[in-house]
Amino acid sequence: MVAAEVAQLSSGWFLENAWLIGLIPAVGFAVIILFGKKLPMQGSEIGLGTLGASLVIATGAGIQWMQRTNSAETEEAAAGVLRGVARALPRASEGGAAEPFIEPVSSTWVWWQNSGLEFGLGSSIDGLSVMLLWLVAFISFLVQIFSLDYVRGDRRYTHFFAAMTLFSSGMLIMVMADNMVQVILGWEIMGLCSFLLIGHWWEEEANSVAALKAFFTVRVGDVGLLVGTAILFFGANQYAVDNLDTNGFDLDAIQAWALSGQASTWTIVMAAIALFIACIGKSGQFPLHTWLPDAMAGPTPVSSLLHSSTMVVAGVFLVAQIYPVFWEGFNIANGGLSFIAVIGGITIVISALLAFVQDDIKKVLAYSTVSQLGYMMLGLGVGAWLPAVFHIFTHAFFKCCLFLCAGSVSHSGSHHSFDMKKDMGGLRKFMPITFGAWVVSTLALTGVFPFAGFWSKDEIIDNVGNNGYTFLFWVGLGGAALTAGYMTRATYLVFFGEPRGAAAGEHHDDHVVHADDHALVGAATHSLSAATNTDDGHGDHADDDHGHGDHGHDDHGPHESGKLILFPIVVLAFLATVSGFTNATPLGESWEQFKKYVEPRPEAVAFDAIIASGPGESVQLVVPAVAPAVEDDGHGEGAGDDGHSTGCGRGEPEAATACFFPAVVHAEPKFAKILLSLAVVAAGYAAAIAFCIAFYKRRDPRLVGLTQRSRVARAGYKFLANKYYLDHLYEKIIVRGVAHPIADAAYWINQKVLDGAVNGVGEGGKRAGNWVYDNIDQKLVDGAVNGSGLVASESGHAMQPMQSGKVNQYGALLFGAAAVGAIVLVILNVS
Amino acid sequence: METLTDQTWLLTVGTFLPLLGALVLMFWPKDDESGIKGVGILTAGATMLVGIYTLVQFDYGQSAKLQFFVDAEWIPVIKSGYTIGLDGISLPLYVLSMAVTFLVMIYTWDNMPDAGNTKAFLILMLVLQTGMAGTFIAQDLILFFVFFELVLLPMYFMIGVWGGEDRRYASLKFFLYTMFGSAFMLVAFLALFFQTGGESFGFAQLVEAGASIDRDVQIWIFAGMFLGFAVKVPMFPFHTWLPDAHTQAPTQGSVILAAILLKLGTYGFVRIAIPMLPEGAKAWAPAIGILAVLGIIYGALGCLAQTDMKRLIAFSSVAHMGFVMLGISTLTSFGINAALFGMVAHGLITGMLFFIAGSVKHRYHTLEIRRLSGMLIQMPRMGWILGFCAMASLGLPGLAGFWGEFPAILSAYQPGFGLSEPLFRTLMVIAAVGTVLAAAYLLWLYQRTAFGEPSDEFKGHSDAEHAAVDGHGVAHSLSAAANDHTHDGDDAHEEIHDVQLTEWLSWTPFLVAIVVFGVYPQLMFKVMDPAVTQLVERLGASLG
Repeated sequence: MVAAEVAQLSSGWFLENAWLIGLIPAVGFAVIILFGKKLPMQGSEIGLGTLGASLVIATGAGIQWMQRTNSAETEEAAAGVLRGVARALPRASEGGAAEPFIEPVSSTWVWWQNSGLEFGLGSSIDGLSVMLLWLVAFISFLVQIFSLDYVRGDRRYTHFFAAMTLFSSGMLIMVMADNMVQVILGWEIMGLCSFLLIGHWWEEEANSVAALKAFFTVRVGDVGLLVGTAILFFGANQYAVDNLDTNGFDLDAIQAWALSGQASTWTIVMAAIALFIACIGKSGQFPLHTWLPDAMAGPTPVSSLLHSSTMVVAGVFLVAQIYPVFWEGFNIANGGLSFIAVIGGITIVISALLAFVQDDIKKVLAYSTVSQLGYMMLGLGVGAWLPAVFHIFTHAFFKCCLFLCAGSVSHSGSHHSFDMKKDMGGLRKFMPITFGAWVVSTLALTGVFPFAGFWSKDEIIDNVGNNGYTFLFWVGLGGAALTAGYMTRATYLVFFGEPRGAAAGEHHDDHVVHADDHALVGAATHSLSAATNTDDGHGDHADDDHGHGDHGHDDHGPHESGKLILFPIVVLAFLATVSGFTNATPLGESWEQFKKYVEPRPEAVAFDAIIASGPGESVQLVVPAVAPAVEDDGHGEGAGDDGHSTGCGRGEPEAATACFFPAVVHAEPKFAKILLSLAVVAAGYAAAIAFCIAFYKRRDPRLVGLTQRSRVARAGYKFLANKYYLDHLYEKIIVRGVAHPIADAAYWINQKVLDGAVNGVGEGGKRAGNWVYDNIDQKLVDGAVNGSGLVASESGHAMQPMQSGKVNQYGALLFGAAAVGAIVLVILNVS
Repeated sequence: METLTDQTWLLTVGTFLPLLGALVLMFWPKDDESGIKGVGILTAGATMLVGIYTLVQFDYGQSAKLQFFVDAEWIPVIKSGYTIGLDGISLPLYVLSMAVTFLVMIYTWDNMPDAGNTKAFLILMLVLQTGMAGTFIAQDLILFFVFFELVLLPMYFMIGVWGGEDRRYASLKFFLYTMFGSAFMLVAFLALFFQTGGESFGFAQLVEAGASIDRDVQIWIFAGMFLGFAVKVPMFPFHTWLPDAHTQAPTQGSVILAAILLKLGTYGFVRIAIPMLPEGAKAWAPAIGILAVLGIIYGALGCLAQTDMKRLIAFSSVAHMGFVMLGISTLTSFGINAALFGMVAHGLITGMLFFIAGSVKHRYHTLEIRRLSGMLIQMPRMGWILGFCAMASLGLPGLAGFWGEFPAILSAYQPGFGLSEPLFRTLMVIAAVGTVLAAAYLLWLYQRTAFGEPSDEFKGHSDAEHAAVDGHGVAHSLSAAANDHTHDGDDAHEEIHDVQLTEWLSWTPFLVAIVVFGVYPQLMFKVMDPAVTQLVERLGASLG
């Protein structure tokens, strides 16, 4: 195989201006904040408009990226290198032919400089980022449509849309980043917005506490992000400056450095651990997952956006984006049991178990998200990059859909309650469309053929086994059965059985509670809620648990939601059904679009061919040539442990070349394995259905009251209900420990010891001064001291309130002390 | 040191113009309140214009060189000259001092502290401005010392006369503490002078000659300077004057203190102590780094223990200046750039926080966190501004604070000149943990004061609430009625207004600057980086 000549890759306006995707919503945010309240739709039109614009550009960029990838092949074909058909598989390291690395399209500007290095801000678009850009823009757009109706009449409608728009912008900025600092920027913007949105109804303390908790927990993880970025920067900087004409923040440079074999093991291991800690915090992995369920305090569209394509996916994305760091750091190439895989595996199981004991429908979904993120992490941790990234894609659709369904149920079915046991049941008759979408998404989530989750989740599990992690393979399968179980329970409680509480049209308890509140505090409270509400004219929010007061229709019984709510749900349900076919590996190679367009090619690229894309430089359009191919002996068959000793990420690249992505292994789909996982899911469903009918419908005496009778059952339930006591550990022990005893002790030291010393010196000085004044003749006092005392005394008189006498003495003493110090210094200097 | 000598009058005018205004004020009739305030604003505004003109005239292509340079004879007997100049390191701070004074002046229009005597207050403020600006342009040790000390007196009187209940203790403590440090600093200056052959107090000469002083001697001289500057910064454990001074000072004093005065210390390290005594700096760097990080953690813990909003902000200054000092202690251009950015960012953000604290105190007559609640309901705009500043203060990227904090932490990973990597990397991790604590105390403060419902004590006394009940007309007349400062301390039923016009005028530039420098930090890095890089290169030349 010979290096191809430098070939021209196609590009296009959308690819080169992809930075607009992140910038437009950011500008939209500013416009909403400044002028939103004066606009006819109170700013929501700006949110929708900007996200729509981003979606259009992202779509264009996606299409152009595919053209770019294809253009590499046609160029190649023209140059006579190997092949002409648009068949992307298998990878060279798996016996296929070498394909050229498709260089990202980047356009950046100088953002800041330090030590003579210039750091950029802008966009760098490759397959992964363009996929996520489109996904984020698309989901955000749908969620905002949903919100139009869902939060109508909210007391802070404009703020809501502003924060939602900024939220999407943060994720987009992060996804398109070409350097770590921009990643941090987007990452923290999302943290801020989650704080604002979770605490949207901050009048209630529980909400503001949840907001604080979310921000704070993520911030704990962010220590890892700062430290990891520092390690990577100083680790990769020299390599980047020497070879790639860029700097150590550049993501491409970090990837190349990690795979170059020049990085010291210690450095890269520490960087990987530090960064993964950040991802644990952001993506709600064990043991920092505790903020996610509490984050349900925010409005439902927020949960939906947060849990599908933004925020929690950020951690997974970061791992996928700078995958070589983790690949090398955790020795994934050689089947090392990585930190990521272990955390992912634990998270899958523990959060799935927690989902069983939740009564709040949103919390079930929240734990489900945590569990699914665990799958993604597990996949990345064992080298199954492609299925994990594909799962981000499919999961976004069905999880977003499930949350919106939950929102629809509470909006129109259960009178703003999210309590499945108290206020739901039997809703399938009243809300057929919501029910249908819910069922489709549930099937997708649980991985039933042929819905979306099947194609992605099964691939992850399959690859885990294929790469030699047998135990984790069974963990993944077990998790799938658990998923089927808790989703069945939730489905049953919401849509089947007899309607209860609000679903049965009962008047809501909250009315009474709130009415009492009003009676107690009188008109003041009422005016308060109205005060923040002057812009929308609705005054009747107080009767609503979540402050949203859409009471255009007076009937309080359950009914189907309106069109604006149903439209996004239906679109998402459709995608939950079909999106899996975009990378349906078992159907054959021609279906694997993700592998072709999203997964970077693990080919070494000659330094000469890489065109520096420093900040402020023009966009480069040249495809780097394939480096002299790494010798490959064409072992193909998928077993992961048969030792790919060559290829990117499996040894050092040739001199003067760089790799940007490791040669990951792809499992060959096997019919038996597919059957096995489908059987496990079916078993999960069967058991759960049987349980639901026995427990909730027939009230089987053997099950009802089990927790009272059996100590084991009670202990287990309590352990789960208390969320493994992690919150107890964090809040009661760590946070309270730092906030009270430790902080108080530090402050005590400050006041008593440090300040005590200062005051003691002052006091002692005053006494000594008095003694000196009384006992030693004043005439002996140095003239200079007198002089300074005089000045102080004069000014003291000028300003009456001063304690002139004291100033006099203090001043004299201090100069005396300084004089002594001076003598000491002089003596020491002379010697 | 290469210098540019165009427009030599510019710095002198910019620095001493406030004194002219002070002189005019001295002969102004004492009863003419608005006249006095007008002259004050006019003078500060004119100074600000000179500052803007300086910004325009500054040659950004040569920001490593001293510009508008003057080297005139001053006190030949002691070989001290009137040497002034401005480069990329001092330009941002110099202009910041002018801007802050001007905006504080505007704020004073409606918010004169209770003790009265506007005339004296404004005169002191103008004198203070001359001292601050002079410190940043001085290129001669004696001149620097004079300006450095000139700052002390006005602030002493501002706290002592217009301060809170405990003002005497606080002002005295502030004065003596700083004096104590200055005395050592002066001795160190003299020692440096004599050790370099007693030829000149000019910075250029001392930087040239200082490096050749014996290492042990350098360490001792550095110790003297360290005391002087560390008290001013303030570094742990010399910080105890700060919470008292800040808490007791009038709002104007707190803002200037936080925004500019603290920077005199850090500026001194960057401009004087480190370049003139490279060996001393290298020997002291680990100690400075450790104290800086102690300050970060300790300041944050102090914040968590506070029950008073203003005192909490004061303690947060200790933590933030810890980041600045950490950056400096690495002796790398990366760290020093971060420190310089951090100084300006801290000035803007913490200055703004003190403004808010002052305005809250003005309205509620208390800053006790327990009694404040639901600020977002009573004063929505003020509440959002507080939230914005809290976010900026905890180092959110996209706002100015981040660019001081993040590179400073980063720089500690690889300190310069063979400083211990394990030590500084440990410091880096601890400093990073400090950012979590910062988030904790700031958000906790915000949650307690801004979220929730207003406490019973103040419920129903705000414009925002009235506007809802009575309609706009009535509320407006109420606010107008309460607007003419006739309150007498214990009037708990005074109306609580949202942000007022003078507040908007004086705050908007701060808020805009926090966003602009946060979004596009290159504006400042581009100016500072060449000067800092040159400084560190020179350091490298003498440290080998």
